[in-house]
Amino acid sequence: MDKGLRRAWRAWLARALGLGLLLFVAACAKDYPQTTLAPKSDITRMIDSLFRTTFWWATAVFILVEGALVYALWRFRAKPGDPEPAQHHGNTTVEIVWTVIPAIILVFIAIPTVKTIFKTSVPAPNPDVEVEVIGHQWWWEYRFPKLGIVTANELVVPQGKMIGLRMWSADVLHSWWSPQLASKRDVFPIFSQTKFKKVNPLWFTADTVGDYTGQCAELCGIQHGRMGLRVIVKSQADFDQWVAATRLGSPLVNGGKIDPGLDSSWKSDTIHTKGQAAFLAGGCISCHAMVGTPLAGALKLRGPNLSHVGGRTTIGANMYENTPTNLAQWLRDPQGMKKGSHMILPRPLTEPEISALVAYLRMHK
Amino acid sequence: MATSVLEHRAPAMTHTYSKTGLWSWITTVDHKRIGILYGATAFLFFLLGGVEALIIRLQLMGPNGTLVDPDTYNALFTMHGTTMIFLGVMPLSAAFFNFFIPIQIGARDVAFPRLNAFSYWVFLLGGIFINVSFLVGAPPDGGWFGYANLTSSRVMEATAAAPAPGMNIDFWVIGLQILGIASIAAALNFFVTIVNLRAPGMKMLRMPMFVWMSFVVQILLLLAFPVITVALVYLMMDRNFGSSFFMPDGGGDPIMWQHLFWIFGHPEVYILILPAFGIASEVLPVFSRKPLFGYTAMVFSGIFIGFVGFGVWSHHMFATGMGPFADTFFSLATMVIAIPTGVKIFNWIGTMWGGSLRYTSAMMFSIAMVALFIIGGLSGVMHASPPADLQQTDTYFIVAHFHYVLFGGSIFGLTSGAYYWWPKMFGRLLHEGLGKVHFWLMFVGMNLTFFPMHILGLNGMPRRVYTYPEGLNFEFWNQIETVGAFLIAAGFLVFIVNIIKTWIGPKNAPADPWHGATLEWSIPSPPQEFNFPKLPVVGSSMPQWDARRAAGGHLPEPALVSGDDIPMPNPSYWPLMAAIGVVLVLGSLLFVRIWPHWWQFMIASTLFLFFSVFKWAFEPTGH
Repeated sequence: MDKGLRRAWRAWLARALGLGLLLFVAACAKDYPQTTLAPKSDITRMIDSLFRTTFWWATAVFILVEGALVYALWRFRAKPGDPEPAQHHGNTTVEIVWTVIPAIILVFIAIPTVKTIFKTSVPAPNPDVEVEVIGHQWWWEYRFPKLGIVTANELVVPQGKMIGLRMWSADVLHSWWSPQLASKRDVFPIFSQTKFKKVNPLWFTADTVGDYTGQCAELCGIQHGRMGLRVIVKSQADFDQWVAATRLGSPLVNGGKIDPGLDSSWKSDTIHTKGQAAFLAGGCISCHAMVGTPLAGALKLRGPNLSHVGGRTTIGANMYENTPTNLAQWLRDPQGMKKGSHMILPRPLTEPEISALVAYLRMHK
Repeated sequence: MATSVLEHRAPAMTHTYSKTGLWSWITTVDHKRIGILYGATAFLFFLLGGVEALIIRLQLMGPNGTLVDPDTYNALFTMHGTTMIFLGVMPLSAAFFNFFIPIQIGARDVAFPRLNAFSYWVFLLGGIFINVSFLVGAPPDGGWFGYANLTSSRVMEATAAAPAPGMNIDFWVIGLQILGIASIAAALNFFVTIVNLRAPGMKMLRMPMFVWMSFVVQILLLLAFPVITVALVYLMMDRNFGSSFFMPDGGGDPIMWQHLFWIFGHPEVYILILPAFGIASEVLPVFSRKPLFGYTAMVFSGIFIGFVGFGVWSHHMFATGMGPFADTFFSLATMVIAIPTGVKIFNWIGTMWGGSLRYTSAMMFSIAMVALFIIGGLSGVMHASPPADLQQTDTYFIVAHFHYVLFGGSIFGLTSGAYYWWPKMFGRLLHEGLGKVHFWLMFVGMNLTFFPMHILGLNGMPRRVYTYPEGLNFEFWNQIETVGAFLIAAGFLVFIVNIIKTWIGPKNAPADPWHGATLEWSIPSPPQEFNFPKLPVVGSSMPQWDARRAAGGHLPEPALVSGDDIPMPNPSYWPLMAAIGVVLVLGSLLFVRIWPHWWQFMIASTLFLFFSVFKWAFEPTGH
């Protein structure tokens, strides 16, 4: 290759590298709603600061070692007529040095690691809000035993309060992962009457009001990929309001029974009466608890509690936005919307039933 | 003093056997032919695993991918992992173990040539067995790690789409047991070979580094595979015979599966990488014209990695919530492994330092192996930290990490071995120009595919998801990864073209095309059946360099000799028959739930297996 060509080639290479770097920076700066790198709680900030310590050590080692390698590749390339290189078999001093230095670097990583382990991997010291998280194939159940709430997929918590989670599963292993707020823990199945009972703890205190996505991180069958979740952080006032609304008809409050006055006022509402009729006739009741129905107080049904599904932002475990169209399509063809899902209709619902159900479910926020 | 058993026994062979044709390959007990069979078979499985990877990459190219169904996707990543580990990397390493361990230690064959053939046939049939699942529409879909209790009963797998799932996981459970038999038999064989059949003068600390690393691998295999075998038997009992080792509803413990699996699974990582370390330790000195820097440190760091590798398994399980003390122990033990690994990397750089580096394809693949393994090692230290791992485990960050280690490490190392040893195996040099095209496609493709996975994982993309929604902004890097994956595929196409071109070309390889340091370069390319007309006497870890120096820098081509008076083992088809017996016996367990006569079939198969082993034991061996 002549010199001009080589120079042109180098200029091109430089431009390409520059462009690549720009693209890289641009893509990194992109907004990733599920990122682990923008912690929004006490525990994830601890983890993030530990990760950054390790990351910078690793980067330094990477630059030095790869630098030495690349330098050697260039500096010691064979040239025609090279004599045989000196036949070194080793050098004890050098070898001791490069055994000890990595060991020292590891100490600098190990100390903050162990400190952080003993802060993060213990149960919540004194939680303000206690939540039970139960994994199901392919949705999440949340129970607030003290507040008397049973809900699904979207965990609503107050800002600035210590949230203590106790987690297990109703079928296979799952892993509850909220990257910005809490990191992850596996959940293990607990069936009644068994000796094996492993309840995993996790805790966090959210910094700011917001809507955070997360998802299941342990392979749990066909729809593992769409077993999403949301954590919605509200101000204390908004949270209290949500609690008051969501307690209504909860299995944990008065066995799901509601005030007879309210029940009779619903009886005069055609949206409610037509919807509830479809809910019973369509067979929804065999898997779902629903406020005002005979099984409102049931805790062990297969599907999520629907008492306040109208208030959730998504359906199908954070898979679809909770719009009338999506809800109708879900009722029409749950297997087409989420293949393999355990939602099996005993018979196809009629179009009038579907519209009655959509209005009914959306009415109960 | 270790000398060859073969040397001392010399009853004449009763008759000669055909050395060509299909039958000669079916009945072969020659370690070199078995090595070639391992290599060819494993390469085909490797390509199959590669196709599975490409489909995965196409599915993930954009959000809400619909190329394959979620259940098909689960099968694809399960079989991609299973195939690459058990049917790709392990048997590709076994190809080199077979061909080169006996030659590098100056022996005429392995200690148990027919057991060696048996290992190959069990591996081949086991690989076919596990892939037949695709043809009957029931491919394994529980992940290569097969976590209980998802895998422990059909009830757990059942979905509305497939209300009574069939034998998917059974294929996996039984297939892995079959493959385990092949691995354990082969490991025993190489262990005994290395201990007993070294040429006169080859002390343990004069063995080539490839033999050393292979030796450590055989010990790891012998200690790790029994554990997974027991775990698989438990799982099989849970699935088919009503036990509940891992099922909570029957009093079992699903976490026990994870412990058993990873006590096997972590040493397995070193089973996959140490042969590549060995290859790089052969290639780097030869093309640097310098001896390996710190031979003894290299040996002991390899042993140390293998030993400590048995004490770190729970770092795969930080998210299970083991408590702070267990987390601390497994975290620190894991970090300790970084020290001997660092020693290896520094010694490789030390080997090149001050050398005269020739950039052959083999050399470039070995250098890249070192460079890429550094990245995999550093990300490994990052998630050795349990709190950080709570964010990283089960995300693409981990996928990035182990592909840097297993693709950047193992596959680059093995490919280096292919370019380095091809002339010795086939008497033909692979084309260097095509080799470099292969290298650059693979090197660029590898980094495009796997580096962005770090970014995606840290930004919240979990593993084993069949798709992702639009709003998470994962599509950009996923597209780059897909492009990278196809560059890797193009690299391997070039490699295949190179193989074909070399195949139809002339036999152009001299005995020692690279000025190698070890015994394989002292004999013709390809070697004759008996390897060495006269067993060599070894005075250092680089006997061929000693010989070259003593001859004043130029060695004559070794002559081909007739070798009629050298006793070699007779060919035999009983290893194949016994392998068929093993597959029938274990395969009959596939039918437990669907065929009432499965146990009669199993008894008949067992009788056939006993008969084959009996015939094998009493046939004349020719020793």
